[in-house]
Amino acid sequence: MSLTFEPNIESPDDFYELLTDAQRDLSDEDANDMNARLVLILANQVGSLADLKMAIEAAK
Amino acid sequence: MLNTYDFPEFAYVQSEEQKTGNPVRHTVIVVGAGPVGLTAALDFAAQGLNVVVLDDNNTVSVGSRAVCYAKRPLEIWDRLGVGARMIDKGVGWKLGRVFLRDEEVYTFDLLPEDGHKIPAFINLQQYYLEEYMVEACEKSPHIDLRWKHKVVSLHQHDDHVELAVETPDGIFTMEAGWLLACDGANSDVRRMVGAEFTGQFFQDRFLIADIVMKADFPTERWFWFDPDFHRGQSALLHKQSDDVWRLDFQLGWDSDPEVEKRPENIIPRVKAMIGDDVEFELEWASVYQFACRRIDQFRHGRVLFAGDAAHQVSPFGARGANTGVQDIDNLSWKLAAVVKGDAPLALLDTYHGERAYAADDNLLNSTRSTDFITPKNGASKRFRNAVLSLAKTAPFARPLVNSGRLSTPTPYLDSPLNTPDDGEWNGKMRPGTCAADAPISVDGRPGWFLDLLTGGFALLALGVAAEPVDAGAFSPKLIALGTDFDDPDGLVSTRYDAGGGALYLIRPDQHVAARWRNFDAEAVKAAISRATAGAIR
Repeated sequence: MSLTFEPNIESPDDFYELLTDAQRDLSDEDANDMNARLVLILANQVGSLADLKMAIEAAK
Repeated sequence: MLNTYDFPEFAYVQSEEQKTGNPVRHTVIVVGAGPVGLTAALDFAAQGLNVVVLDDNNTVSVGSRAVCYAKRPLEIWDRLGVGARMIDKGVGWKLGRVFLRDEEVYTFDLLPEDGHKIPAFINLQQYYLEEYMVEACEKSPHIDLRWKHKVVSLHQHDDHVELAVETPDGIFTMEAGWLLACDGANSDVRRMVGAEFTGQFFQDRFLIADIVMKADFPTERWFWFDPDFHRGQSALLHKQSDDVWRLDFQLGWDSDPEVEKRPENIIPRVKAMIGDDVEFELEWASVYQFACRRIDQFRHGRVLFAGDAAHQVSPFGARGANTGVQDIDNLSWKLAAVVKGDAPLALLDTYHGERAYAADDNLLNSTRSTDFITPKNGASKRFRNAVLSLAKTAPFARPLVNSGRLSTPTPYLDSPLNTPDDGEWNGKMRPGTCAADAPISVDGRPGWFLDLLTGGFALLALGVAAEPVDAGAFSPKLIALGTDFDDPDGLVSTRYDAGGGALYLIRPDQHVAARWRNFDAEAVKAAISRATAGAIR
């Protein structure tokens, strides 16, 4: 298993601002659509089906 | 009013210049006797400047207001001789807990590093802090405190500022070589010079209440998101001295401040938070809203700005008064050097450069905390709630939880006063950083490193043979390890990366200006010239 739950995000506050600012002017529906795309992009980066399964379980 | 504190009433005295009608040209006038203005008076006096402080009131802060004081401002107050009293009276703390609903999701420990004289944080009501500083000001022959003096207009000249000041005896004229505005977020002086003060307003309201209770809550900062006792909003509980506790309730933009301030509306909220069976008395309450904004320039001609008059932040992170005190630390030696004719005006302009940089860092942190605590839209709230719900089990989410990033000094890493490093260095003491404290001994007696750094530039020699350097008014005090002090725990050497020998030039405000591995008198002089905007050649 390579999925990590330990802190790994570079500059957490910078990341969080980037993420929320990207949706600041979006409607709820547009933000949800963007989140779906974002999940798929990041899932591709993770790659491993076992890791993705683990992530899905953790997020449930 | 308050049960635990008697407000002093300071005497109004009509000044000679008002009586006679002959204006006196003062070196410096400070407007506002709050934490920042009083610090300015003490620091200017320590630099040998005579200072007049004008305040439109005649007592200290009503209500506890600013509560959390950070290590760096306490170090500055310690240098000015008032820190020990604040630390004695204050309540030290280092642990913060964050709750979602009634469940703890995250605990942070400020983890203060051992081997520092001053604690990471204390909580103390603002009125105590001001009272102690007023007493210190009254003892100084350089400081003239004038209560019930309100600045009503000002006019700038090339070499001074002319003020119209109103007292119970009418309006009279004062003159100052320099005017320092410490008159708060709603600064009249700022309006009078027409400075821009722009930024972001937040559409939310908060109720703060001070209560007295004998309760066995620990001395920790407790922060709730969406607590069961106050659904949909945030809340905070924090201890001050005299068994006074600060409570903070987010109310939302639609709330009516006048209604919320009534005791019959506050008391049920408090009971819901602390429990029905805990006895308490309500001391003080206020409803506030806030903005994050900064002045365009910290200097407008002969008028300077510091504290909330120059930058206003949200309360999350305790970055208001703490930042303001550091403004003064930066300004006082520069202003003194310019007033005495030792340095060019360009040195004073680096006050804006360095402190606007720090203010922007504070504003960024404060805005981010506010955005996390009061999400601006549905998407932002969804992420906030996702972070909080993951934080309990997934450690990666914890650094994203933002209930306030607590005030730490902003290093002036890009300041033109710094001499860039030459060679490899480890540790935190990069040029532009405030000097780290460490335990030392002097003649066999225990002491603290920062206590050596007083009254001007210092040249710190750690295992490097150095000689006194003549830089005129800025000649540094040579402080050599093994001669002037010892480092029994080795912490000075560690913190200053002195394994291979190190030489540091430290500014009067205890910030590193330059460092080398070897002594070269010409290099030291060049660094002093740079750190004083070319005052010496």
